[in-house]
Amino acid sequence: MSMDAGGTEGQPQVAELESVALACRRAIVSMVHKAGAGHPGGSLSAIDMLVALYCTRLRVRSEEPDWPDRDRFIMSKGHASPGMYSILSHSGFFEAEELDSFRKLGSICQGHVDSGWTPGVDFSAGSLGMGLSFGIGCAFAARLDASKRTVFVMLGDGELQEGQVWEAAMSAAHHELNNLKVFVDRNRIQNDDFVDKQMRMFDVPAKWAAFGWAVREIDGHDMTEVLEAIQWMDGVDTGPAVVIAHTVKGKGVSFMEDNPSFHGAAPSDEQLEQAMEELQ
Amino acid sequence: MTALVASRDGYGEGLMQLADDERVVVLEADLGKSTKSCRFREMYPERTFSLGISEQNMMLVAAGLASSGYKPFASTFAIFTERGFEQVRNGIARPNHAVHLCGSHGGLHTGTDGSSAQSIEDLAIYRTLPNMTVMHPCDDISTERLTVLLSALSGPSYMRTARNKRPRIHDDESVAALRIGKGHVLREGIDVALLACGVLVGEAMTAAEELSRDGIEVTVVDMHTIKPLDSALVQRLAADCGALVTAEDHSIIGGLGGAVAELLAANCPVPLERVGVNDTFGESGDGDELLEKYGLNSDYIIAAARRAIARKA
Ligand SMILES: Cc1ncc(C[n+]2csc(CCOP(=O)(O)OP(=O)(O)O)c2C)c(N)n1
Repeated sequence: MSMDAGGTEGQPQVAELESVALACRRAIVSMVHKAGAGHPGGSLSAIDMLVALYCTRLRVRSEEPDWPDRDRFIMSKGHASPGMYSILSHSGFFEAEELDSFRKLGSICQGHVDSGWTPGVDFSAGSLGMGLSFGIGCAFAARLDASKRTVFVMLGDGELQEGQVWEAAMSAAHHELNNLKVFVDRNRIQNDDFVDKQMRMFDVPAKWAAFGWAVREIDGHDMTEVLEAIQWMDGVDTGPAVVIAHTVKGKGVSFMEDNPSFHGAAPSDEQLEQAMEELQ
Repeated sequence: MTALVASRDGYGEGLMQLADDERVVVLEADLGKSTKSCRFREMYPERTFSLGISEQNMMLVAAGLASSGYKPFASTFAIFTERGFEQVRNGIARPNHAVHLCGSHGGLHTGTDGSSAQSIEDLAIYRTLPNMTVMHPCDDISTERLTVLLSALSGPSYMRTARNKRPRIHDDESVAALRIGKGHVLREGIDVALLACGVLVGEAMTAAEELSRDGIEVTVVDMHTIKPLDSALVQRLAADCGALVTAEDHSIIGGLGGAVAELLAANCPVPLERVGVNDTFGESGDGDELLEKYGLNSDYIIAAARRAIARKA
């Protein structure tokens, strides 16, 4: 599939995108189940945004993943790899059967997203807090190339506790990088527990605004709102833009929803069955 | 009279030499005046990115530029590159982005700023990273040349420069012969070989002259590249001279001395004496005073050479 054209022409309907997201959710849960490990929670909270971006907005070429003038998508919270692999395979970057090898020796689907292993992955993540800085480098390069390509970055809300994120936030605003767009997956849960128990983030939108960013808040599972948010980000031309997407960790699978124990755990056989029933 | 020069000036000049290549970009973290990338900034502000005092951020911004086809040269003090070590490891070396880091003000010779500014472990830590080239040239013109050569490298590098002025070692001819990964033999002798980097190359040359007066003939090598180590040269010298001395303004653990010790132990054990900082932190003082107090100057290299020779079978 080529999504070279991008833009709004012939944009799939919200219902179509929702059905793609549902298929990706099924892929996420079964991939993690098969591997016996992985991170379903933060993949399920992010997937609606990934689907909206890859199916309607990103100018990327699955048949030429390294096309130099492609838009960039940087999954900074690299443990959301099941989410990435599900949408990349849906977008034609590789065959769906590769998902079965997730986390296995020699697999193109590494535990954390890695540009050296997976076609369509722009950034090697796994260590939180680095992706926004990398995105700034990509945005500087696009500016030097006088290219209109856009750099999208996705961050976790727990990830915002890393100091480097704020170093990056400061410099992106200082350099007025209007080709840099960020989604924060505000699912309120991190690894050990709820964000509010680990390290309260207080007013996240106000923090970004104070760092010089254009900020908008949305429901990250409402496809219409996600699409509008992408359009809004594209319209911000004074500097970087961030969308704080309120989401539910584990969204779509009742026993994973809002449950810190499914940050990085695989479902049992019975749980898989239940999940697949729910994801119809 | 030999000119007194600082290797960090060579970095600034090297960047200027590279400027015609529009893919070359420069990154700074509020120390461009010290590392000398400020010269590039003045002429090419549109290709210079100031990231403020944020070294971790700078590492990944450089990686992003490299991933988009640019050739980033990023610098700060050697010690402050270490703030971003894990960023270098995961964000630069692991994906093999050709980012060129320069850490200036390396070693005790940095002087009166004291131990917080004197990195004595940078060569060791960067050497452990796969894909990394690690260098520490000895004077301005060799640094300039090696900086220019770095831009052709397809992987990442770390180059340490020094703050203070020392007598220039190289001339136009010897500089033209420099190659990354190849030690440069400055003088030849069969009794012992001194392998040195950075400011201690000059100390090794002084030591060789004094030993020669006592009839001891010494090889001196400018080991400007610590990784990949010129193992063919080291093994040849081990065979020819039968004893080696390493000399570096760096911990004796893990740097040039460590690299040579690993190679010799595995391939051709001969006596090795390591001149370096003996697992301790520095302090404030004049650069030369510190070399004396911490056992790094030519007197200590001479003593080490005599010990190494005495240990020959
Ligand atoms: C630098 C770093 N520290 C710790 C970890 C281990 N870790 C992996 S995921 C995670 C929690 C991430 O929380 P968040 O950013 O909110 O992601 P999400 O909830 O969206 O999955 C932690 C601490 C890491 N990958 N990197």
